[in-house]
Amino acid sequence: MQSKSNNSLIKVRQLTKRFDKLIAVNDISFEVFKGELFGFLGPNGAGKTTTINMLTGLARPDSGSIEISGLDCSKNPKLAQHLIGIVPDESNLYPELTGYDNLCFCASLYGMRKHEREERARDLLEKFGLSDAANRKFAGYSKGMKRKLTIAAGIIHRPEILFLDEPTTGIDVASARQIRQLIANLHDSGTTIFLTTHYIEEAERLCQRIGFIVQGKIVRIDTVISLLQPIQKKHTMVISVLHPDEGLHHKLISEFPEYSIELVSKGQFRIVSEKVINIGPLVRCIEETGGEVSEARRIRPSLEEVFVNITGIELNAMKKEKQKNGRSS
Amino acid sequence: MKRWIAFWNILLKDMRAYYLKPPNISWGLIFPVAWTGMFFIKSGKGLDSIISLLPGVVAISILFGTTSMLAVTVTFEKKNKSFDRLLLAPIPLRLLMLAKTSGAILFGSINAFIPIIIASFLADISHVNWFALVLAAIMIAIASTFLGLFIAVSVSEVFEAQTFSNFFRFPMIFLCGLFFPITSLPIFLRPLSYVLPLTYGVDILRGAIDKGNIMPLWLDFLIILGFCVLLFAISLKNIHKRWIM
Ligand SMILES: Nc1ncnc2c1ncn2[C@@H]1O[C@H](COP(=O)(O)OP(=O)(O)OP(=O)(O)O)[C@@H](O)[C@H]1O
Ligand SMILES: [Mg+2]
Repeated sequence: MQSKSNNSLIKVRQLTKRFDKLIAVNDISFEVFKGELFGFLGPNGAGKTTTINMLTGLARPDSGSIEISGLDCSKNPKLAQHLIGIVPDESNLYPELTGYDNLCFCASLYGMRKHEREERARDLLEKFGLSDAANRKFAGYSKGMKRKLTIAAGIIHRPEILFLDEPTTGIDVASARQIRQLIANLHDSGTTIFLTTHYIEEAERLCQRIGFIVQGKIVRIDTVISLLQPIQKKHTMVISVLHPDEGLHHKLISEFPEYSIELVSKGQFRIVSEKVINIGPLVRCIEETGGEVSEARRIRPSLEEVFVNITGIELNAMKKEKQKNGRSS
Repeated sequence: MKRWIAFWNILLKDMRAYYLKPPNISWGLIFPVAWTGMFFIKSGKGLDSIISLLPGVVAISILFGTTSMLAVTVTFEKKNKSFDRLLLAPIPLRLLMLAKTSGAILFGSINAFIPIIIASFLADISHVNWFALVLAAIMIAIASTFLGLFIAVSVSEVFEAQTFSNFFRFPMIFLCGLFFPITSLPIFLRPLSYVLPLTYGVDILRGAIDKGNIMPLWLDFLIILGFCVLLFAISLKNIHKRWIM
């Protein structure tokens, strides 16, 4: 870590942002290294967008410091804006302009010359599979096309750092996959990426390092590899029980001291063990109390487990919440 | 250089997307023509009155041509979030806002010449001081654009911007000596006239068209310039305070 710190492109220290009484971002510190794909993972309202807004200059921090590429941006965010590309969570291009004109206009904001920006716009449209829609108005694009064009607009000036705010939320699986591929390619070509997401698998697949943010606080930052390490050797299983007896949890704990057994919700148990979990005796024990096993599922070690352990947030609840929001917006 | 590429393209984009749209062009033309016609006919004094009405009609054409544009180029873009793109670009806020207002200023200045061209067919305008006239038209365009900007950044909905600008525009027609001299206003209203920038613009216009100014032109000019700087500075401050949260 020590040697890497000279290499850090974004350095945030004790950043805090309040909206009246609400503390949206609460004393967070982190670094993003050059060439890295850093994931910022957290549920709705955790403070992800607020953090991006402060880093890019749309929001003013109440306290703390921000350094981007060695420039102190806490007081003057304009200093580093030429190094930054931003893809906001909502597409905010001009509905009345065509895809091509939108890209050319965005390029001009960064001072690119006419010839250069036209070439680059055509290039990106091609690369993003939007050439056929180049001369159609942005207003008529589908959600996935809008998202792709918004990403193209974010990288048109070849920024060193790209901020992506939930790039795959609210679009179908195929488009989301394409977009993930585009992000991976960008990262391979050397762009440093700051990505927010609530899709844990997305973070696991794309990112090298992840910061978990919950209610404005960073609860853990680490590389994906070290996050997964402690659970790699563990076996996890979730058992759902119909008509569970009141004392079932206690009974399971006393009968199977070798397992750690946790009551996740009514009738749902999470069983973690160092050794392989033997399901037969468990089922028998449950049935003795009059319960009925409706589902038993082994869980492959994933960041999901880590996330649940660290944040204590049950994942299904978070996903449902998100889908609701995704649909309505 | 890079900044000027941005400046020029913001201006050009607004022109293409908003100003040169048929409804705006037709409004820009119809409005001044309608005002001109209405006043010339209504005054009933025949063609002789054209010269005395001209300053007021020119001022109205500019006022209406500029103020309504900012509700679109600023308030609307802020509402649909595309304005954030501009705030995120490496352009100083001051230059950005100049780019966003230049289109309206240009549009307003051009509007000023519609009544003048019409009048030139109907009356003798040979002893007009053209230098002062053009200067006045530009200054009125700048002042009323910045007034529109001030309103546009103080509200968050387009309809609020429109309501609010009418709240300013209509009283200004009467308070700024467009058609009646300020001296004929009730004494308690007169201080209001003097805190409105249009008063000074109209005075320059009067001076340019028939030497009817009540104050020295250079003083008018300095005061209206002061208003422009003040309105722009307050608007920038408001953007900083309200939009960069
Ligand atoms: N302009 C604002 N005024 C008041 N409160 C705000 C504002 N912007 C954000 N907040 C609040 O700050 C908190 C963090 O919001 P933020 O948008 O940063 O969350 P997020 O992690 O991006 O969530 P999501 O996944 O829904 O995008 C929320 O409680 C939100 O209500
Ligand atoms: Mg967000």
